[in-house]
Amino acid sequence: MKLLFPLVAVAAAFVVGGVFVLLIGDDPIETYRLLIGSALWWPDGIGYTLFLATPLIFTGLAVSVAFRAGLLNIGAEGQLYVAAFATAWTGIVFGHLPAAVLVPLCCVAAVGAGAIWGAIPGLLKARFGSHEVINTIMMNFIAVALASYFTQYHYRVPGDAIMQTAPISANAYLPRLGQAMPGFPERIPLNASFVLALLACGAVYVFLWRTKWGYELRAMGSNPTAAEYGGISVRRQIVLAMAISGGLAGMVGINEVLGYRHRYYDGFSDNYGFTGIAVALLGRNHPVGVILAALLFAILTRGGIPVDAFTQHVTKDIVQILQATIILFVAAEAFFRTPLTRLREGLRRGRLNG
Amino acid sequence: MAELFTISLIWSTIRLSTPLILAALGGLFSERSGVINIALEGMMLAGAFTGAAVTYATGSPWIGLLAAIAAGVCIALIHAVASIRYKADQVVVGTAINILMLGLPGFLSGAFFLSSGSTPQLPIEQLIPRAPIVMAFAFVPLTWYVLYRTPFGLRLRAVGENPEAADAAGIDVAKMRYSGVLLSGALAAIGGAYLSIGQASLFTRNMTSGRGFIALAALIFGKWRPVETLLACLFFGFTEAVTIQMQGVVTLPSGEAIPVHFIQMVPYVLTMVVLAGFIGHSRPPRALGRAYEKER
Repeated sequence: MKLLFPLVAVAAAFVVGGVFVLLIGDDPIETYRLLIGSALWWPDGIGYTLFLATPLIFTGLAVSVAFRAGLLNIGAEGQLYVAAFATAWTGIVFGHLPAAVLVPLCCVAAVGAGAIWGAIPGLLKARFGSHEVINTIMMNFIAVALASYFTQYHYRVPGDAIMQTAPISANAYLPRLGQAMPGFPERIPLNASFVLALLACGAVYVFLWRTKWGYELRAMGSNPTAAEYGGISVRRQIVLAMAISGGLAGMVGINEVLGYRHRYYDGFSDNYGFTGIAVALLGRNHPVGVILAALLFAILTRGGIPVDAFTQHVTKDIVQILQATIILFVAAEAFFRTPLTRLREGLRRGRLNG
Repeated sequence: MAELFTISLIWSTIRLSTPLILAALGGLFSERSGVINIALEGMMLAGAFTGAAVTYATGSPWIGLLAAIAAGVCIALIHAVASIRYKADQVVVGTAINILMLGLPGFLSGAFFLSSGSTPQLPIEQLIPRAPIVMAFAFVPLTWYVLYRTPFGLRLRAVGENPEAADAAGIDVAKMRYSGVLLSGALAAIGGAYLSIGQASLFTRNMTSGRGFIALAALIFGKWRPVETLLACLFFGFTEAVTIQMQGVVTLPSGEAIPVHFIQMVPYVLTMVVLAGFIGHSRPPRALGRAYEKER
């Protein structure tokens, strides 16, 4: 039942999306064939799908950890912007260092910057009780404005018409899959960050279910009052959970800057932070679920391109419609619970045959 | 600093505050009833797109405005059903609606206008540049009156503060919350429509660019009260007017330059400061964000 439900929600969202496609006079089957099929071609489809899944795994994990602690991190978007900028900054300023030092240093910068940006709303909640949702929303805008200020005034190559920083040192580049695997084209930006994303999933699993801190964090999420009585410092847990969440979101910067563009590019995020909320919800806030959900959304994002090009009317906006519908259905679980439980009970009693 | 306060700046402040006031008043009705509304952005986009599309189709901005309100109410209904009836997390539902409204206008305009994300240009005689401004400023005293001087307002505030007690007193909690959320959809949609058929003459993708969130910030900065919220909207509208007027850098009398980025941050930083209680205290309605479980 727990595993069945996300599938039902996704199926229902596809039905709703299909109705939209029908209404504007296109063929839903053909649309979905393009949307999903093209993402599975070798090597471009699969390569790009895994590349697009990487940031979503990070943001999905980020939102999940906060969710497990009973907090809603709407701020992954801001955290990843600050982190990506910090990564690029480190890659530029410490560019003379050898790769063995520079790459880890850049990663630390990404995680650190994201963690700090996440910890601030955590601190404000712990200290003043102000709602983390509002503060993370506000900090998203502040992050974008700050990163864009530093890019425009301090780190842009003079004369560059594009809002981006100078390139980072080549010592900070992460290897792409094409360099390691003969026959896989090097133009596909799938890089070592994907492996890092999988490792992060493992680490989050171990942290949440195999350590004392993870246990305390989940205890706070399920019942803060009981956790407090049980001797857990709820305030410290709030800050810790938000910092971890922010740090995970910040790892998007590693993929974006060290693995892909090799500079900070203003406004690079394709709503990764918000899609992360969908990924976490659909993945049931579990690392394995997060990987699967991130893959689904990556497939849809990749598939949006051929849908745009090869259907009569349907644009890639169908992807956002599907995404939003999936979130709505997963969030309003009760909407399905009643009919599903009824169906199950019906099946058990054999009434459906009668 | 003196040359800042010109007539054109005041007029620009009023025009830029209008969509904020409408959306923030919308948010006020929803949040005072106990439903967090971070979907103001999406509701504004619904109004902006529908307003422009229907005005283009019918040639009448008034029909366009009515259609925009209807669209806002429909989107709000999704929010209300999911968060009140099915007790989904209000913030998550709001996020979903914002994502939906990033995609849906582009999807529909791709189908109907064969463009990616914008509606056709409207002739100037089909725009309503003044009416929404008048509405915004008239709605402030009206909202104050409804909220503090009518039984409806009393009930709305009651279900936002203490739904259990309100229920015990015979108030239909769900009905009041539905009213609050639907009103927020209508008002935010007027604010959005003003952007497309008042200020601009077409809808463009994501044309609200965060105004729904600034409206939310103004609502919090205004402590969830109508008059204070109006003042907050005017202030945020003013900061926006200044950034537009100065095109890049604001020079202080002392000769120091402040890049626009920092002026853009003002509403957000102030909201965080107020929420933390540094300048006065902004206390949300007590039951904000909590689904109401009726006792049986």
